[in-house]
Amino acid sequence: MNATNPTNELHERSDRRGPGGPGGADGDDLGERLRRTDTTDVTALVDAALRRADAEGLVEVGWVVEDTPIGPLTLAATPAGVVRIEFGHEERVLDELASEVSPRVVRLPGRLDEVRRELEEYFARRRRRFDVPVDRRLSRGYRRTVLEALSREVPYGQTVSYKELAERTGNPKASRAVGSAMATNPIPIVVPCHRVLRTGGALGGYGGGIDTKVWLLRHEGALLG
Amino acid sequence: MTLPPFQSLLDAHAPDVHRFLVAAVGRHDGDDLFQETVISALRSYPGLRHADNLRGWLFTIAHRKVIDQARRRVRQPVPAADPPEVPQLDADTLGDAELWDAVRRLPPKQRSAVVQRYLLDRPYAEIAAVIGSSEDATRQNVRAGLQRLRQEVTR
Repeated sequence: MNATNPTNELHERSDRRGPGGPGGADGDDLGERLRRTDTTDVTALVDAALRRADAEGLVEVGWVVEDTPIGPLTLAATPAGVVRIEFGHEERVLDELASEVSPRVVRLPGRLDEVRRELEEYFARRRRRFDVPVDRRLSRGYRRTVLEALSREVPYGQTVSYKELAERTGNPKASRAVGSAMATNPIPIVVPCHRVLRTGGALGGYGGGIDTKVWLLRHEGALLG
Repeated sequence: MTLPPFQSLLDAHAPDVHRFLVAAVGRHDGDDLFQETVISALRSYPGLRHADNLRGWLFTIAHRKVIDQARRRVRQPVPAADPPEVPQLDADTLGDAELWDAVRRLPPKQRSAVVQRYLLDRPYAEIAAVIGSSEDATRQNVRAGLQRLRQEVTR
Protein backbone atom coordinates (compact mmCIF):
# COMPACT_ATOMS: atom_id res chain seq x y z
CA MET A 1 0.00 0.00 0.00
CA ASN A 2 2.79 2.33 0.92
CA ALA A 3 4.94 1.18 -1.97
CA THR A 4 2.95 3.23 -4.44
CA ASN A 5 4.06 6.63 -5.54
CA PRO A 6 4.74 8.39 -2.25
CA THR A 7 3.45 11.69 -3.52
CA ASN A 8 0.15 10.22 -4.58
CA GLU A 9 -1.59 11.50 -1.49
CA LEU A 10 -0.57 15.01 -2.28
CA HIS A 11 -1.93 15.26 -5.78
CA GLU A 12 -5.55 15.15 -4.92
CA ARG A 13 -7.11 18.51 -5.23
CA SER A 14 -8.99 19.86 -2.34
CA ASP A 15 -11.29 22.79 -2.60
CA ARG A 16 -11.96 22.96 1.09
CA ARG A 17 -9.79 26.06 1.45
CA GLY A 18 -10.94 29.22 -0.18
CA PRO A 19 -8.65 32.01 -1.24
CA GLY A 20 -7.41 34.44 1.34
CA GLY A 21 -6.00 32.11 3.97
CA PRO A 22 -3.05 33.53 5.86
CA GLY A 23 -0.67 32.15 3.23
CA GLY A 24 -2.51 34.24 0.66
CA ALA A 25 -1.00 37.29 2.28
CA ASP A 26 2.20 36.28 0.59
CA GLY A 27 0.34 36.65 -2.70
CA ASP A 28 1.90 33.59 -4.21
CA ASP A 29 0.53 31.02 -6.62
CA LEU A 30 3.20 28.63 -5.43
CA GLY A 31 1.52 28.81 -2.06
CA GLU A 32 -1.80 27.88 -3.65
CA ARG A 33 -0.21 24.85 -5.26
CA LEU A 34 1.32 23.80 -1.95
CA ARG A 35 -2.10 23.84 -0.34
CA ARG A 36 -3.50 21.22 -2.67
CA THR A 37 -3.38 18.10 -0.63
CA ASP A 38 -5.85 15.55 0.57
CA THR A 39 -6.71 14.73 4.13
CA THR A 40 -6.00 11.12 4.91
CA ASP A 41 -8.01 9.33 7.56
CA VAL A 42 -5.40 8.80 10.24
CA THR A 43 -7.52 6.60 12.52
CA ALA A 44 -5.83 3.36 11.47
CA LEU A 45 -2.37 4.89 11.89
CA VAL A 46 -3.25 6.28 15.31
CA ASP A 47 -4.62 2.90 16.39
CA ALA A 48 -1.45 1.15 15.21
CA ALA A 49 0.74 3.68 17.02
CA LEU A 50 -1.26 3.25 20.22
CA ARG A 51 -1.00 -0.53 20.07
CA ARG A 52 2.78 -0.14 19.80
CA ALA A 53 2.76 2.36 22.66
CA ASP A 54 0.72 -0.09 24.74
CA ALA A 55 3.28 -2.83 24.07
CA GLU A 56 5.89 -0.43 25.48
CA GLY A 57 3.79 0.06 28.62
CA LEU A 58 2.88 3.67 27.79
CA VAL A 59 -0.92 3.42 27.95
CA GLU A 60 -2.07 3.87 31.52
CA VAL A 61 -5.78 4.13 30.73
CA GLY A 62 -7.35 2.56 27.65
CA TRP A 63 -11.01 3.14 26.89
CA VAL A 64 -13.70 2.31 24.39
CA VAL A 65 -17.41 3.00 24.01
CA GLU A 66 -19.47 -0.18 23.74
CA ASP A 67 -23.10 -0.44 22.65
CA THR A 68 -25.22 -2.60 24.96
CA PRO A 69 -28.95 -3.30 25.47
CA ILE A 70 -28.97 -0.54 28.12
CA GLY A 71 -27.31 1.95 25.80
CA PRO A 72 -23.67 2.90 25.18
CA LEU A 73 -21.21 2.33 28.00
CA THR A 74 -17.82 3.99 28.35
CA LEU A 75 -15.40 1.29 29.52
CA ALA A 76 -11.92 2.10 30.81
CA ALA A 77 -9.11 -0.11 32.09
CA THR A 78 -5.60 0.23 33.43
CA PRO A 79 -3.09 -2.61 32.98
CA ALA A 80 -4.39 -3.88 36.36
CA GLY A 81 -8.03 -4.19 35.29
CA VAL A 82 -11.32 -2.42 34.66
CA VAL A 83 -11.14 0.91 36.45
CA ARG A 84 -14.24 2.76 35.30
CA ILE A 85 -17.59 2.11 33.63
CA GLU A 86 -19.96 4.96 32.85
CA PHE A 87 -23.37 5.10 31.23
CA GLY A 88 -23.28 6.90 27.91
CA HIS A 89 -20.32 8.39 26.08
CA GLU A 90 -18.98 10.93 28.52
CA GLU A 91 -16.00 13.15 27.79
CA ARG A 92 -16.18 14.09 31.45
CA VAL A 93 -15.17 10.54 32.40
CA LEU A 94 -11.99 10.79 30.33
CA ASP A 95 -11.16 14.11 31.98
CA GLU A 96 -11.63 12.53 35.40
CA LEU A 97 -9.44 9.59 34.50
CA ALA A 98 -6.77 11.96 33.21
CA SER A 99 -6.66 13.84 36.50
CA GLU A 100 -7.22 10.93 38.89
CA VAL A 101 -5.20 8.15 37.23
CA SER A 102 -2.91 9.50 34.48
CA PRO A 103 -3.17 11.86 31.49
CA ARG A 104 -2.06 8.92 29.33
CA VAL A 105 -5.68 8.19 28.44
CA VAL A 106 -6.27 6.86 24.93
CA ARG A 107 -8.81 4.91 22.95
CA LEU A 108 -7.56 1.31 23.03
CA PRO A 109 -10.32 -1.20 22.24
CA GLY A 110 -8.02 -4.20 22.72
CA ARG A 111 -7.54 -3.32 26.38
CA LEU A 112 -11.27 -3.84 26.93
CA ASP A 113 -11.75 -7.08 24.99
CA GLU A 114 -12.26 -9.22 28.07
CA VAL A 115 -14.80 -7.00 29.81
CA ARG A 116 -16.66 -6.48 26.52
CA ARG A 117 -16.94 -10.23 26.06
CA GLU A 118 -18.15 -10.76 29.63
CA LEU A 119 -20.70 -7.96 29.33
CA GLU A 120 -21.98 -9.46 26.09
CA GLU A 121 -22.39 -12.81 27.84
CA TYR A 122 -24.06 -11.15 30.81
CA PHE A 123 -26.59 -9.38 28.60
CA ALA A 124 -27.21 -12.65 26.73
CA ARG A 125 -27.87 -14.38 30.08
CA ARG A 126 -24.87 -16.63 29.57
CA ARG A 127 -22.90 -15.18 32.49
CA ARG A 128 -23.93 -14.60 36.10
CA ARG A 129 -20.70 -13.23 37.54
CA PHE A 130 -17.81 -11.22 36.20
CA ASP A 131 -14.32 -12.70 36.27
CA VAL A 132 -12.48 -9.84 34.58
CA PRO A 133 -9.91 -8.20 36.90
CA VAL A 134 -10.99 -4.86 38.35
CA ASP A 135 -8.77 -1.98 39.42
CA ARG A 136 -10.41 -0.43 42.48
CA ARG A 137 -8.04 2.50 42.81
CA LEU A 138 -10.84 5.06 42.36
CA SER A 139 -12.52 3.89 45.59
CA ARG A 140 -10.94 4.47 48.96
CA GLY A 141 -11.53 3.70 52.60
CA TYR A 142 -14.91 2.51 53.74
CA ARG A 143 -16.49 3.00 50.32
CA ARG A 144 -14.03 0.54 48.90
CA THR A 145 -14.70 -1.93 51.74
CA VAL A 146 -18.43 -1.75 51.00
CA LEU A 147 -18.01 -2.23 47.26
CA GLU A 148 -15.73 -5.21 47.83
CA ALA A 149 -18.31 -6.74 50.18
CA LEU A 150 -20.99 -6.15 47.55
CA SER A 151 -18.98 -7.98 44.88
CA ARG A 152 -18.28 -10.83 47.24
CA GLU A 153 -21.61 -11.30 48.92
CA VAL A 154 -24.51 -10.27 46.70
CA PRO A 155 -24.75 -12.62 43.72
CA TYR A 156 -26.72 -12.39 40.50
CA GLY A 157 -30.47 -12.31 40.98
CA GLN A 158 -30.35 -11.26 44.64
CA THR A 159 -30.81 -7.90 46.29
CA VAL A 160 -29.78 -6.40 49.58
CA SER A 161 -30.75 -3.24 51.46
CA TYR A 162 -28.33 -0.44 52.27
CA LYS A 163 -28.78 -1.35 55.93
CA GLU A 164 -28.06 -5.06 55.41
CA LEU A 165 -24.94 -4.26 53.43
CA ALA A 166 -23.80 -1.95 56.23
CA GLU A 167 -24.32 -4.80 58.70
CA ARG A 168 -22.32 -7.19 56.54
CA THR A 169 -19.35 -4.86 56.69
CA GLY A 170 -19.60 -4.80 60.48
CA ASN A 171 -20.96 -1.24 60.55
CA PRO A 172 -24.70 -1.56 61.11
CA LYS A 173 -25.18 2.18 61.50
CA ALA A 174 -23.40 3.07 58.26
CA SER A 175 -26.27 2.72 55.81
CA ARG A 176 -25.89 6.35 54.76
CA ALA A 177 -22.21 5.75 54.00
CA VAL A 178 -23.23 2.63 52.10
CA GLY A 179 -25.58 4.79 50.04
CA SER A 180 -22.79 7.18 49.09
CA ALA A 181 -20.50 4.24 48.28
CA MET A 182 -23.14 2.98 45.84
CA ALA A 183 -23.70 6.44 44.37
CA THR A 184 -19.97 6.78 43.66
CA ASN A 185 -19.34 3.22 42.45
CA PRO A 186 -16.79 3.70 39.64
CA ILE A 187 -17.50 0.29 38.05
CA PRO A 188 -21.29 -0.21 37.89
CA ILE A 189 -22.76 -3.45 36.50
CA VAL A 190 -19.47 -5.34 37.06
CA VAL A 191 -19.59 -4.20 40.70
CA PRO A 192 -23.35 -4.73 41.10
CA CYS A 193 -24.63 -1.67 42.95
CA HIS A 194 -27.93 -2.11 41.10
CA ARG A 195 -28.63 -4.96 43.57
CA VAL A 196 -28.76 -2.58 46.54
CA LEU A 197 -32.23 -1.27 47.45
CA ARG A 198 -33.86 0.68 50.25
CA THR A 199 -35.10 -1.19 53.29
CA GLY A 200 -38.59 -2.41 52.45
CA GLY A 201 -37.79 -2.83 48.75
CA ALA A 202 -38.02 0.74 47.40
CA LEU A 203 -35.60 1.02 44.52
CA GLY A 204 -33.41 3.88 45.70
CA GLY A 205 -31.29 5.71 43.16
CA TYR A 206 -29.01 4.69 40.34
CA GLY A 207 -26.28 6.46 38.41
CA GLY A 208 -27.55 5.09 35.11
CA GLY A 209 -31.12 6.19 35.87
CA ILE A 210 -33.83 4.30 37.69
CA ASP A 211 -35.09 2.70 34.45
CA THR A 212 -31.70 1.09 33.95
CA LYS A 213 -31.71 -0.22 37.50
CA VAL A 214 -35.15 -1.77 36.95
CA TRP A 215 -34.00 -3.21 33.61
CA LEU A 216 -30.96 -4.87 35.22
CA LEU A 217 -32.94 -6.28 38.16
CA ARG A 218 -35.58 -7.71 35.80
CA HIS A 219 -32.85 -9.07 33.56
CA GLU A 220 -31.43 -10.95 36.54
CA GLY A 221 -34.89 -12.11 37.65
CA ALA A 222 -34.65 -10.15 40.91
CA LEU A 223 -37.71 -8.09 40.02
CA LEU A 224 -40.82 -9.52 38.44
CA GLY A 225 -42.73 -7.87 35.66
CA MET B 1 -1.82 21.17 36.98
CA THR B 2 -4.16 18.90 35.06
CA LEU B 3 -3.42 17.76 31.54
CA PRO B 4 -6.33 16.75 29.30
CA PRO B 5 -6.61 13.10 28.22
CA PHE B 6 -3.94 12.42 25.58
CA GLN B 7 -6.71 11.23 23.28
CA SER B 8 -8.05 14.78 23.01
CA LEU B 9 -4.72 15.92 21.50
CA LEU B 10 -4.93 13.14 18.96
CA ASP B 11 -8.52 13.99 18.08
CA ALA B 12 -7.67 17.65 17.61
CA HIS B 13 -4.26 17.51 15.92
CA ALA B 14 -3.40 14.07 14.56
CA PRO B 15 -4.68 14.76 11.01
CA ASP B 16 -2.59 17.94 10.71
CA VAL B 17 0.50 16.30 12.19
CA HIS B 18 0.15 13.52 9.63
CA ARG B 19 -0.29 15.93 6.73
CA PHE B 20 2.72 17.89 7.89
CA LEU B 21 4.90 14.78 8.01
CA VAL B 22 3.68 13.37 4.69
CA ALA B 23 4.35 16.72 3.05
CA ALA B 24 7.80 16.94 4.62
CA VAL B 25 9.09 13.42 3.99
CA GLY B 26 6.64 11.60 1.70
CA ARG B 27 3.88 9.14 2.35
CA HIS B 28 5.84 6.07 3.39
CA ASP B 29 8.26 7.76 5.77
CA GLY B 30 5.51 10.15 6.83
CA ASP B 31 3.39 7.28 8.14
CA ASP B 32 6.39 5.95 10.08
CA LEU B 33 7.36 9.31 11.53
CA PHE B 34 3.73 9.93 12.44
CA GLN B 35 3.60 6.78 14.56
CA GLU B 36 6.94 7.65 16.13
CA THR B 37 5.63 11.12 16.93
CA VAL B 38 2.53 9.72 18.65
CA ILE B 39 4.61 7.29 20.72
CA SER B 40 7.25 9.89 21.69
CA ALA B 41 4.56 12.37 22.64
CA LEU B 42 2.71 9.83 24.78
CA ARG B 43 5.97 8.89 26.48
CA SER B 44 6.82 12.43 27.58
CA TYR B 45 3.26 13.74 28.02
CA PRO B 46 2.90 13.25 31.81
CA GLY B 47 6.08 15.30 32.35
CA LEU B 48 4.63 18.45 30.74
CA ARG B 49 4.43 21.34 33.17
CA HIS B 50 1.56 23.16 31.50
CA ALA B 51 -1.08 22.62 28.85
CA ASP B 52 -0.84 26.05 27.21
CA ASN B 53 0.25 25.06 23.73
CA LEU B 54 -0.23 21.36 23.23
CA ARG B 55 -0.52 21.71 19.47
CA GLY B 56 2.82 23.48 19.29
CA TRP B 57 4.38 20.89 21.57
CA LEU B 58 3.15 18.08 19.33
CA PHE B 59 4.43 19.82 16.21
CA THR B 60 7.80 20.41 17.86
CA ILE B 61 8.11 16.65 18.31
CA ALA B 62 7.06 16.03 14.70
CA HIS B 63 9.48 18.70 13.44
CA ARG B 64 12.35 17.03 15.34
CA LYS B 65 11.46 13.73 13.72
CA VAL B 66 11.89 15.39 10.33
CA ILE B 67 15.25 16.89 11.35
CA ASP B 68 16.45 13.57 12.82
CA GLN B 69 15.45 11.72 9.69
CA ALA B 70 17.36 14.22 7.52
CA ARG B 71 20.45 13.71 9.71
CA ARG B 72 20.16 9.94 9.41
CA ARG B 73 19.92 10.33 5.65
CA VAL B 74 23.11 12.36 5.59
CA ARG B 75 24.99 9.82 7.66
CA GLN B 76 23.67 6.82 5.77
CA PRO B 77 22.95 7.79 2.21
CA VAL B 78 20.21 5.68 0.73
CA PRO B 79 21.48 3.70 -2.26
CA ALA B 80 20.08 5.08 -5.46
CA ALA B 81 16.88 3.25 -6.27
CA ASP B 82 15.45 2.65 -9.68
CA PRO B 83 13.83 5.79 -10.93
CA PRO B 84 10.20 5.73 -9.90
CA GLU B 85 7.66 4.97 -12.57
CA VAL B 86 6.07 8.09 -13.87
CA PRO B 87 2.35 7.72 -13.35
CA GLN B 88 -0.13 8.94 -15.93
CA LEU B 89 -1.05 12.35 -14.72
CA ASP B 90 -2.59 15.43 -16.15
CA ALA B 91 -0.40 18.50 -16.45
CA ASP B 92 -1.71 20.20 -13.33
CA THR B 93 -1.26 17.16 -11.12
CA LEU B 94 2.19 16.52 -12.53
CA GLY B 95 3.08 20.03 -11.56
CA ASP B 96 2.14 19.28 -7.99
CA ALA B 97 4.14 16.05 -7.88
CA GLU B 98 7.15 17.94 -9.14
CA LEU B 99 6.54 20.62 -6.56
CA TRP B 100 6.32 18.18 -3.65
CA ASP B 101 9.46 16.41 -4.76
CA ALA B 102 11.18 19.79 -4.75
CA VAL B 103 9.79 20.56 -1.28
CA ARG B 104 11.37 17.36 -0.01
CA ARG B 105 14.75 18.42 -1.36
CA LEU B 106 14.73 21.59 0.76
CA PRO B 107 16.92 21.64 3.86
CA PRO B 108 14.80 20.17 6.67
CA LYS B 109 14.23 23.35 8.64
CA GLN B 110 13.17 25.32 5.56
CA ARG B 111 11.02 22.40 4.50
CA SER B 112 9.31 22.22 7.87
CA ALA B 113 8.65 25.96 7.87
CA VAL B 114 7.32 26.05 4.30
CA VAL B 115 4.97 23.13 4.95
CA GLN B 116 3.63 24.62 8.18
CA ARG B 117 3.13 27.98 6.49
CA TYR B 118 1.45 26.86 3.29
CA LEU B 119 -0.01 23.43 3.88
CA LEU B 120 -1.28 24.15 7.38
CA ASP B 121 -1.75 27.94 7.24
CA ARG B 122 0.03 28.51 10.53
CA PRO B 123 1.10 31.98 11.66
CA TYR B 124 4.83 32.76 11.70
CA ALA B 125 4.97 33.14 15.48
CA GLU B 126 3.70 29.61 15.94
CA ILE B 127 6.04 28.13 13.32
CA ALA B 128 8.96 29.95 14.93
CA ALA B 129 8.19 28.34 18.28
CA VAL B 130 7.96 24.90 16.70
CA ILE B 131 11.25 25.07 14.81
CA GLY B 132 13.04 26.94 17.58
CA SER B 133 13.87 30.11 15.61
CA SER B 134 12.99 33.75 15.88
CA GLU B 135 10.00 34.99 13.91
CA ASP B 136 12.26 36.96 11.57
CA ALA B 137 14.48 33.97 10.95
CA THR B 138 11.39 31.89 10.25
CA ARG B 139 10.12 34.38 7.67
CA GLN B 140 13.57 34.26 6.11
CA ASN B 141 13.44 30.45 6.10
CA VAL B 142 10.11 30.43 4.32
CA ARG B 143 11.22 33.09 1.84
CA ALA B 144 14.41 31.21 1.05
CA GLY B 145 12.50 27.96 0.69
CA LEU B 146 10.00 29.48 -1.72
CA GLN B 147 12.76 31.10 -3.73
CA ARG B 148 14.48 27.78 -4.14
CA LEU B 149 11.24 26.06 -5.07
CA ARG B 150 10.60 28.70 -7.69
CA GLN B 151 13.97 28.01 -9.24
CA GLU B 152 13.44 24.27 -9.30
CA VAL B 153 9.84 24.02 -10.37
CA THR B 154 8.48 24.86 -13.77
CA ARG B 155 5.48 27.11 -13.52
